[in-house]
Amino acid sequence: MDFTFTEEQQMLLDTTRRFVAKDYGFEARRQIKEKSADGFSREIWQGLADIGLLSLNVPEADGGLGGSAIDNMLAMNAVGEGLLLEPYLACAVLATKTLALLGNDAQRAEWLPALAAGEKIVVLAHDEPKTRFDRLAIDTRSWPVGNGYLLTGHKCVVTHAGSADMLLITARIGKADETGPLAVFCVPVDAPGLDKTTYNTVDGVRASDVRLNQVFVPATALLDGGADSEAKIAEVLDFGLAAVCAEAVGALDKLLAATVEYARNRKQFGQPIGKFQALQHRMADMVLHIEQARSMSYLAAVRCTDTDAATRARAMSAAKVVIGQACRFVGQQAVQLHGGMGVTDELDVSHYFKRLMAIELQFGSTDQHLEQYAAQLA
Amino acid sequence: MDLNFTPEELAFRQEVREFVASSLPPDIQHKVLNGLILQSDDYIRWQKILHAKGWGGASWRKDFGGPGWSATQQYIFEEECAAAGAPRTIPFGLKMVAPVIMQYGSPAQQERFLPKILAAEEWWCQGYSEPGAGSDLASVKTRAVREGDHYVVNGQKTWTTQGQYADWIFCLVRTDTEAKSQRGISFILIDMKTPGITVRPIITMDGAHEVNEVWFEDVRVPVENLVGEENAGWTYAKFLLGHERTNIAGIGIAKREIARLKRIASLETKNRKPLIEDPMFASRIAQIEIDLTALEITNLRVLSAEAERRAPGPEASILKIKGTEIQQAITEALVQAVGTYALPLRREAMAAGYQGDAVGPFYATPLAANYLNMRKLSIYGGSNEIQKNIISQMILGL
Ligand SMILES: Cc1cc2nc3c(=O)[nH]c(=O)nc-3n(C[C@H](O)[C@H](O)[C@H](O)COP(=O)(O)OP(=O)(O)OC[C@H]3O[C@@H](n4cnc5c(N)ncnc54)[C@H](O)[C@@H]3O)c2cc1C
Repeated sequence: MDFTFTEEQQMLLDTTRRFVAKDYGFEARRQIKEKSADGFSREIWQGLADIGLLSLNVPEADGGLGGSAIDNMLAMNAVGEGLLLEPYLACAVLATKTLALLGNDAQRAEWLPALAAGEKIVVLAHDEPKTRFDRLAIDTRSWPVGNGYLLTGHKCVVTHAGSADMLLITARIGKADETGPLAVFCVPVDAPGLDKTTYNTVDGVRASDVRLNQVFVPATALLDGGADSEAKIAEVLDFGLAAVCAEAVGALDKLLAATVEYARNRKQFGQPIGKFQALQHRMADMVLHIEQARSMSYLAAVRCTDTDAATRARAMSAAKVVIGQACRFVGQQAVQLHGGMGVTDELDVSHYFKRLMAIELQFGSTDQHLEQYAAQLA
Repeated sequence: MDLNFTPEELAFRQEVREFVASSLPPDIQHKVLNGLILQSDDYIRWQKILHAKGWGGASWRKDFGGPGWSATQQYIFEEECAAAGAPRTIPFGLKMVAPVIMQYGSPAQQERFLPKILAAEEWWCQGYSEPGAGSDLASVKTRAVREGDHYVVNGQKTWTTQGQYADWIFCLVRTDTEAKSQRGISFILIDMKTPGITVRPIITMDGAHEVNEVWFEDVRVPVENLVGEENAGWTYAKFLLGHERTNIAGIGIAKREIARLKRIASLETKNRKPLIEDPMFASRIAQIEIDLTALEITNLRVLSAEAERRAPGPEASILKIKGTEIQQAITEALVQAVGTYALPLRREAMAAGYQGDAVGPFYATPLAANYLNMRKLSIYGGSNEIQKNIISQMILGL
């Protein structure tokens, strides 16, 4: 048993943290959110590329750092602490992982170095309105025509699709009534028949609903996942699930620290509110939730690449349940203990709260994972 | 023991239901039932309709122009209004300052202010909280110094709900800095048009402008706007804080929102079946509904124990805590019901008549904002922690 990080891993965490602390104060973040065309900063994005973060999930064979899920966990801790608006999860984790796992040589050569360098943004568009409770129940269809495929379907709440150069669209091969294998296609954002509606989400980033109406892509657009495509997509999604668990831990740590600090300083009835035992116990409960969440985020990082399907599924669901409950409890208590200040847009607390609310709904809700876990008890 | 309403009460319920059904403007109802944004005018229009019927001040005595209803009748009225999708009555005038003016105000004040509150001709806001005085309200610092026949007011109020619409603000101000904190406070009424008042918006996490900071710089208030006696304001403040009890639990609103939750859960699907048939989600709704049933009976017990109108006891704290917890639980369940489509936060799409792009089902649009906004329920009006302190002190004697 070993819960220590290697020297390299500690360095990765420190570098990322330092970067976030230096260029990503809460005011700077607000400016970025309100002023930039993408809702995030291209400059910061470049900065993340410069410190190597964008090549973390790019395999060494493709010129990247070939980091592990544990490395990614540490990076995501820092992303959560800084409440980054940049498409780290969408592009550097999910899309990069998809290309690394499913792409053929030509596709990898075309995209991975550009992603690692921060030159291109690609996002994975997977979720659909009806798939909320079953991530493999994809309705988007693709069928061969001439020297390519036509795609039709509806992807919802695709984070950062509005800033992407290319979308990775999951689709089932076959017409509407057939359930063929799941596959991934590279689709340029300006493809005829592709329609995007872009909006802000609760956690302050941009997302889009993407509708595909007989969008044509050449045969070379199909990511060559082979017979294992579905399993590989599941692995990408579990990698993402582990990543948001780690992001949550970063945000939870920040919220607890902010709350304790506030309780030390805010005086009512002639004393710091942190002296009230009722509030002390509440903050102690926050600690319990966070430490349980941290443990489960370790478990998720270790198990998300496990080849045994049942072991992996159980661990992922357990992690998401504990993390989801922590997100809700700690988030709500942080707001509550800040009193009126907690509900304001001005304070960072409400923004962490909203990111945690979103994390609870991403990669399957708490209820859903509890149910999935329960279904495997026997 | 009889858990049923009397025939008279049932007849009264029927009368209210019919009136609301025929008088509530459909456009306002549409907004309320779908969680869309209400304008100040929506509240005013509804209040004027109620006033024309003689029902403007549901909790008011007959001699002040109210219908003189019993506490149970008021409860039934609120419940019917909420269920039908009527907006909440604006509490600051009708339910907060008016009872204080009735009880402690001069006849001149009663004549000047009460009719305009009833007719929705003047909008009030509450100036209690300050940056340094929230839960510990007795530590207010805003100063009022007597100069001839005026008080000169300096200081800052905060969290002033709907202060941007207000014609008047009722304030707790410090008139004696020597006295112990509760003693040197006075209760005064200030015209928001008086020079020296600045209102600045505070934006909440759902993107709404609902609360404000209010600054007073050498604001001259005529002494006749003092309510009751100088330095006795704390008594009136406490009277006010505890006064509105029939609706503190928000039973009617909770029932309406549970109905919405069920409606949405039958439209959403899980594994291609209606979500409401999913045992896990169904039991979540069931739990909320059961909690609400318990609260409803507790609320009715409190009402029937109240033979005569008096400032409420510590039971009000029970109603407040459970009522706000249930309302918050409903907003959580609503978010869960629509899953990923709770994530878009689009205030523009929450305006009635919005014609822009649709994202997700119509009913999903306001749910995230509503969940965020309702975090306030356990904070304002005496936070739930403060209510628990009251329970342990007043009910348990600890
Ligand atoms: C949306 C909104 C609208 C509002 N509208 C109005 C309005 O119109 N007019 C107005 O005057 N005010 C209004 N308020 C203010 C509201 O009444 C205060 O926010 C509330 O009283 C809490 O005060 P505070 O924010 O200063 O928090 P604090 O008093 O600083 O409390 C911070 C935390 O400490 C806890 N705490 C404090 N003291 C104790 C204790 N002794 N024991 C245990 N826990 C304790 C609190 O419960 C809270 O969790 C509004 C507030 C909000 C959020």
